Amino acid sequence: MSISKTFMGYKRENGRVGIRNHVIILPVDDISNACAEAIGNNIKGTVAIPHSYGRLQFGKDLELFFRTIIGTGKNPNVAAVIVVGIEPKWTKKVVDEIAKTGKPVEGFSIEGLGDIGTTMKASKKAQEFVQWASEKQRTECPLSDLWISVKCGESDTTSGLASNPTVGNLMDKLEPHGVHLCFGETSEITGAEMVCAARGKDEKAKKKFLDTWNNYNNFILENKTNDLSESQPTAGNIKGGLTTIEEKAFGNLQKIGKKVKYVDVLEPAEEPKNGKGLYFMDTSSAAAECVTLQAAAGFTVHLFPTGQGNVVGNPIEPVIKLTANPKTASTMSEHIDLDVSKILKREMNLNQAGDALIDITVKTANGRITCAEALGHKEFVITKLYRSA
Amino acid sequence: MPQTDLIIHDEKDNVAVVVIDKTSKNQECIGWIMENDKTIKIKSISEIPLGHKIALKDFKSGDVILKYGHDIGKVVAPIKKGDHVHVHNVKTKKW
Repeated sequence: MSISKTFMGYKRENGRVGIRNHVIILPVDDISNACAEAIGNNIKGTVAIPHSYGRLQFGKDLELFFRTIIGTGKNPNVAAVIVVGIEPKWTKKVVDEIAKTGKPVEGFSIEGLGDIGTTMKASKKAQEFVQWASEKQRTECPLSDLWISVKCGESDTTSGLASNPTVGNLMDKLEPHGVHLCFGETSEITGAEMVCAARGKDEKAKKKFLDTWNNYNNFILENKTNDLSESQPTAGNIKGGLTTIEEKAFGNLQKIGKKVKYVDVLEPAEEPKNGKGLYFMDTSSAAAECVTLQAAAGFTVHLFPTGQGNVVGNPIEPVIKLTANPKTASTMSEHIDLDVSKILKREMNLNQAGDALIDITVKTANGRITCAEALGHKEFVITKLYRSA
Repeated sequence: MPQTDLIIHDEKDNVAVVVIDKTSKNQECIGWIMENDKTIKIKSISEIPLGHKIALKDFKSGDVILKYGHDIGKVVAPIKKGDHVHVHNVKTKKW
C-alpha cells in the first residue's frame, strides 16, 4: 500500500496544523468549572474542559500546571479559547501565553461579577468565536504536519505480540516522512530501561532518559508500600496474562518500532523544540494523565493500543484505539477503531497492520470521528507532582 | 495459514503465549516463533487461557523467565514443561 502523502487539516496562525477545530472553554481553576460548563452549555459547538486543580499550587507543580493548561489552549486542534478563572492575574497569564500562537483567546474572571454575569459576558464571546471558527476550511497539508503521540492501556500479552508492534510499524514508516512522534510511560519501561536507553539518538538523549527513569524509579522505591503488585501490572494486565512489570515493559517498547531513535527527552507537557522525529516524555502510565500531557505538548492525534479494553479519550486530541485481542474486539467493538487480532492467527502480518493503522490515522486526521469521540470520552487529567500549599 | 496455538517472540524465549481461546489438558499445541518463522510442538498439561503463558521447559525456583529474548522475572515455585506460567509462580525482580 502506498502511504498518503497529505491530509486535510486546519492551518493555524502560527503555522501548526490541527485536525480538529475546537473552541474550548478553559477553566483556570477547579472553582471556575461550573461557570465554564455553563458557558459550554449555552454555546453549542464549544467544549468545556473542567479539571480539579489550579489553586494554591507552587514551585515545579505550579509550573507543570500552567504548562498543561496553556499547552492545551495552544494545541492546534483548538481554534479559539475562552479562559475563565476566579482571579484576574492567573487568568491573564494563561490568556497572554495562548495569545502568542495568534489564535483568538479572551479571559474572564469571576470575582466581582459572579458566575451568572461572567457566563453572560463569556457566552457572547464564545458564540462569536464558534461562528468565526466554523468558517475555517480544511486545506491539504503534508504528512510532516502530523504530530502523533502513543500510549497503550489495559495491556495484555496480545499488546506486546501485535497491537503495540503495529504502532511500531507505523512509526518506522512515518518517521522518515518528518512527522513528530511521542511516547512516554516512564514507570512502564521498568525492566526494559537499558534497552530503551540504547534507542536514544546520541549520548545526551540516552543519559537524559536514564536520569529521568532513575528519578521516577527512586520516587517509586521511596513511596511504595508493596511490590506494586496491584498497580503494575494492573489487575486487568494480570487477567490478560501479563505477569511482571518487566514483561509489560518489553511489550510497551514494541510501540517505538525497530528503527526509530528518540531525539530528546521532554518534561511532562513540554513542547518538542528539536524538530521532527521521536521524543520520549516523562509521564505517568495512567492513560488520561499521559494523553493530557501529550496533547498539552502539542500532539494532535493519539494512537492507543489496548489489550483488555481501555476506553480513554481526550477533549482535544482524538484517540484512535486498536486491539489484537479477539475477545476485546468483539465484546467492546464500539471502542475499537482498528482490529488487528488477525495477526494472532497469522492471517495478517505486521506490515499490513501498520498500513491499516496509517490509513485510519490519516482518515482521522481528515475528520473521521474516533470511537472515543463518538462515545463522548473527554478525560482531561492534570498530573500533580505534590501537595498544594 | 498453518494452525497456531502459541506464539513465541524470540528464539531464546522459554515461554510461549497462548493465542487460542484456551489450551486443554494434554493438548498437543503448535507454537510459532516470530523471530525466525520456525514452529515447535509442545503438550499443554493444564488449561491455559488466551494471552497467558506456557512453560517450554521445566523450571526450578530461582530460574529466569525469558520473553522477547529478555529477563522478565524470577521463578518462585517449580514449573513443569507445558504448565501455566503466571503470577503464582513468577515474580518481578524490580520493586
